Amino acid sequence: MQAFEYANPATLAEALKSLGSSWDEAQVLAGGTDIISLMKDDVAAPKRLVNIKNVKELGGIAPHAGGLRIGATATFDELATNAAVRTYPAIRTAVLGVASPQIRNMGTAGGDLCQRPRCWYYRAGFGLLATKDGQPLVPNGENRYHAIFGGGPAYFVSPSSLGPALIALGAKLTLESASDKRTVDAAKFFLAPGSETEREIDLKPNEIVTGILLPAAAGEKSATYEIREREMLDWPLVTASVALKISGGKVSSARVVLGHVAPMPWVAVAAEQYLLGKAISEATAEEAGAEAVKGAQPLSQNAYKVQLAKVAVKRALLAAAGKA
Amino acid sequence: MPDYHWPPMDQRRAIGKRVARLDGLQKSTGQAKYNSDLNLPGLLFGVLLTSPHAHARIKSIDTSQAEKLPGVTSLRVIQGAGKELNWQGQEIASVAATTENIARDAVRKIKVEYEVLPHLVKESDLGKAGTRAKAAGEVTTGDPEKAFQEADAVSEGLYAIPVITHCCLESHGQAVEWKPDGVNYYPSTQNLSAIGAELGRSIGVPAAQIHSHMDHVGGGFGSKFPPDLWGAECAQLSKASGGRPVRLFLDRKQELLIAGNRPSLFAKIKAGAKKDGTLTVWQSESWASGGIGGGGLNADALPYVFRNVENRKINHTSVSLNTGSARAWRAPSNQQLSFVTCSALDDLAAKLGMDPLAFFLKNVNLSNRPDVYKYQLEKAADLANWSKLWQGRGASKGPIKRGLGIGVSMWGGLGHDSKCKTTINPDGSVAVELGSQDLGTGTRTCIAQVAAETLGLPIAAIKVTIGDSSLPASGASGGSTTIGGVSASTRKSSVNALQKLFEAVAPQLGGNADQLEAVDGRIQVKGTPSKGLSWREACRKLGVSKIEEMGENVSRTAIRDGLINQGTAGVQIADVSVDVETGKVKVNKLVAVQDCGLVINPKLAESQVYGACIMSICAALLEERITDQQTGRVLNPDMEFYKLAGLADIGDIVVHMDIRPDMDKRGVIGLGEPPAIAGIAAIANAVANASGVRVAGVPLTPYRVLDALGRRTA
Ligand SMILES: Cc1cc2nc3c(=O)[nH]c(=O)nc-3n(C[C@H](O)[C@H](O)[C@H](O)COP(=O)(O)OP(=O)(O)OC[C@H]3O[C@@H](n4cnc5c(N)ncnc54)[C@H](O)[C@@H]3O)c2cc1C
Repeated sequence: MQAFEYANPATLAEALKSLGSSWDEAQVLAGGTDIISLMKDDVAAPKRLVNIKNVKELGGIAPHAGGLRIGATATFDELATNAAVRTYPAIRTAVLGVASPQIRNMGTAGGDLCQRPRCWYYRAGFGLLATKDGQPLVPNGENRYHAIFGGGPAYFVSPSSLGPALIALGAKLTLESASDKRTVDAAKFFLAPGSETEREIDLKPNEIVTGILLPAAAGEKSATYEIREREMLDWPLVTASVALKISGGKVSSARVVLGHVAPMPWVAVAAEQYLLGKAISEATAEEAGAEAVKGAQPLSQNAYKVQLAKVAVKRALLAAAGKA
Repeated sequence: MPDYHWPPMDQRRAIGKRVARLDGLQKSTGQAKYNSDLNLPGLLFGVLLTSPHAHARIKSIDTSQAEKLPGVTSLRVIQGAGKELNWQGQEIASVAATTENIARDAVRKIKVEYEVLPHLVKESDLGKAGTRAKAAGEVTTGDPEKAFQEADAVSEGLYAIPVITHCCLESHGQAVEWKPDGVNYYPSTQNLSAIGAELGRSIGVPAAQIHSHMDHVGGGFGSKFPPDLWGAECAQLSKASGGRPVRLFLDRKQELLIAGNRPSLFAKIKAGAKKDGTLTVWQSESWASGGIGGGGLNADALPYVFRNVENRKINHTSVSLNTGSARAWRAPSNQQLSFVTCSALDDLAAKLGMDPLAFFLKNVNLSNRPDVYKYQLEKAADLANWSKLWQGRGASKGPIKRGLGIGVSMWGGLGHDSKCKTTINPDGSVAVELGSQDLGTGTRTCIAQVAAETLGLPIAAIKVTIGDSSLPASGASGGSTTIGGVSASTRKSSVNALQKLFEAVAPQLGGNADQLEAVDGRIQVKGTPSKGLSWREACRKLGVSKIEEMGENVSRTAIRDGLINQGTAGVQIADVSVDVETGKVKVNKLVAVQDCGLVINPKLAESQVYGACIMSICAALLEERITDQQTGRVLNPDMEFYKLAGLADIGDIVVHMDIRPDMDKRGVIGLGEPPAIAGIAAIANAVANASGVRVAGVPLTPYRVLDALGRRTA
């Protein structure tokens, strides 16, 4: 780890002033569960870290416009124990799935959305796009955990478990810089970088994610289903987050979002369309799973993730409909 | 000669008791200090610069920027310009500095230019190994060809078990303080008594001037015998820093790259049997690697346990890779041998349409201890509820399928050379001292139990001191020889000391020393409590001179003493569930039946088996070192993607120690390694039984299980 400056602002305005125009200049420090590892591995080396945990207005979980506002620095533990979050099962399951008590105590909602990919080539210093001598390493390399959708030139998978759940629930994110405030759909926040200098989220070096806005939970049935190699301290191989509105026993609106299968949370549009007007049953859930993985482009070692994605969608739908 | 024999089973008062480990509280409250915790006055931090490449030549190395960094006290080049590096993680330079961060900054400022050379870091495809593959053993017995023709069933398969690492939670390393009058050495080792002399040889200091000390070690598993290059480096850094103590422990990445591994084994196996299940013929072509030195194997050890099969044709190939070198890994080779053998036999049973339990029972005669394996198979089957739960391969219904599988093991034992001193003080206090180490197995506690038993005292009355080179020497803890060595030497030194005490009080008790006994804190005429003295009164008779007596276990001749023995057997049965839609395996239960002769502390013995079962579950379900041929790198030298099981992954473990009187009579036998052998095979066979397909390789992750189930939908 390189030596760095430490800024410890008490207000959002001060925090925003401490940021810079490049990632090398300054980066946000929230729970530190990811940024510190990146610095120890010499993958990130910002000259300044800006601690945002003492900025009051970035914290807390509170009612907002009939829904909920989750402050960027709300920890996983706060999310896990908050009564209002329980009304969003898709989020709650994703939160409880995260790692360990230690990570849940330190890791924050904003940090989860902004954390960097776990691709082992990236973490070993071969860049976000994982290349050596200009050649991509993933397609012919060790790609069992990599993307089965949207691959090329980026093949890593978006590591966020919250991302897919937020997208399924139609959440928005609020961002601020010293000169600007904006709100983006969670679905538009995640990007597949086309070059080494792009980032995988719609965030500028001088911006802070200030919060998450969730619409009202009423009338929505949601669920997340995760498949992991091990039960603790592990990343999912695949997740599916779904949100359904059901009227008269039939699906009137559906969101189906896969996690850990693409450089961004992957919205399974075909599955969503298939579900409209259908009742959720083993058979329709299974078929939706099959629809969700149509067009998957697995790499040399990760075709098994296609099967996992299919099953995750099926099981998430059944769980959301209360039929698991 | 005094009678050293163990007291009969039914008369023991300390041995055989379920005593909690003496250092348990210290360890669980964090009071126990490991040498990696050591914070000596003026401590400097040592860090290694290691090779990022699997194979390269150093074109140039420039340390000038690093040396200028304030706080750096010494810097040493280990591999200079022109030197060839043969694996990622190979040591290039070392630095000592006043803080760890400065040392790391300095390492980053060392400029090395490399000429990158071709490498091989994968052995799974033997066809790609070229000249890196070398013939490494061939055995033919009987007439395999004819036997295959005559066999009623023949099964063929490929079985693969990858390289895994030791994953010691306390990484390898030491602190060293090189003073003008001698070297203080604080290693993390399995070999405390002898490691100082070895360090001395590599740094040119006589053994007499090296003082080694270690209270606890945070895992070794066979990887912590020598001082290693970093031990010598650490000493030299201390010397070059004016004798200030330097602490140098590998970081996690280095630990996984260069501190040892268990070699892989890939085996194409063809086996044949008669209708009744009798194994008649075995043929295997195998290959393995544990790094640059290749992966040797005693081909004659196949098939494992059932070695006396008449017709065998075996050949083995060793593949040299550009990866860190193998080290002994808790029962070297045995996990691999057990896994490939039991998997192949389980497949053969399936081919015969036979219950594998019946099949293994049918073939116990091919082992060296048929009766023991028969007993253990039946016992384990009973504990696993085999007769109720077992169904044929793939017969379990629904997406979550349940299955059972068997694995077997064998191991040696005996006891290493060990000297022990028992001191009886005139105030009645007792000290037992030996230069052994407690790897977490409970060695300290067992020593106290042996001395307490011998002296007729409560365990709390014995002060045990180990872990210092000034104490009588005890051997390295390898090959499951520790309990044999230390129990025999402690028994002897304590019997000898007691004899001296008997001699001192015999006149007063009006008898011969030979007629006395030590029971329940008293010295008395045998069988006559009224003619006796309390332990304290007896010791007071010593006046001002304490009794100090030695006892010795000599490995070579130990078996004649009748105190210790060798040869253990083990059977493990796994009960698993496989979600065939996701390929996820869950261990419901792992049953372990194990013999190890006379068990000094059943609680600690069981605890040893629990730990070994957990390691087996890790290796069966998760663990694997993943290398990348394009970059030559190990991609998971961390605890994130080098996965160990957590509590939720482990399931129930049921341990049954085979402590029948006939076993007890054999004497003490080590248990460090034996229980870590059979679990992987048991779990793999249970998965085959549940899912209906043989997954060729472990670990049994969805990646492999779904592949075997043909569910890859690409
Ligand atoms: C073993 C392990 C298993 C894990 N498993 C999971 C899992 O299953 N699912 C999952 O989703 N996550 C998982 N995690 C990741 C964990 O959730 C993240 O590390 C955590 O959410 C990051 O939050 P943080 O507050 O610690 O972020 P930090 O480490 O402080 O920051 C992470 C990054 O985000 C930036 N950042 C943080 N907050 C903001 C903000 N408000 N505005 C702008 N930028 C910001 C930082 O600059 C940095 O680049 C796992 C982590 C580990 C170590």
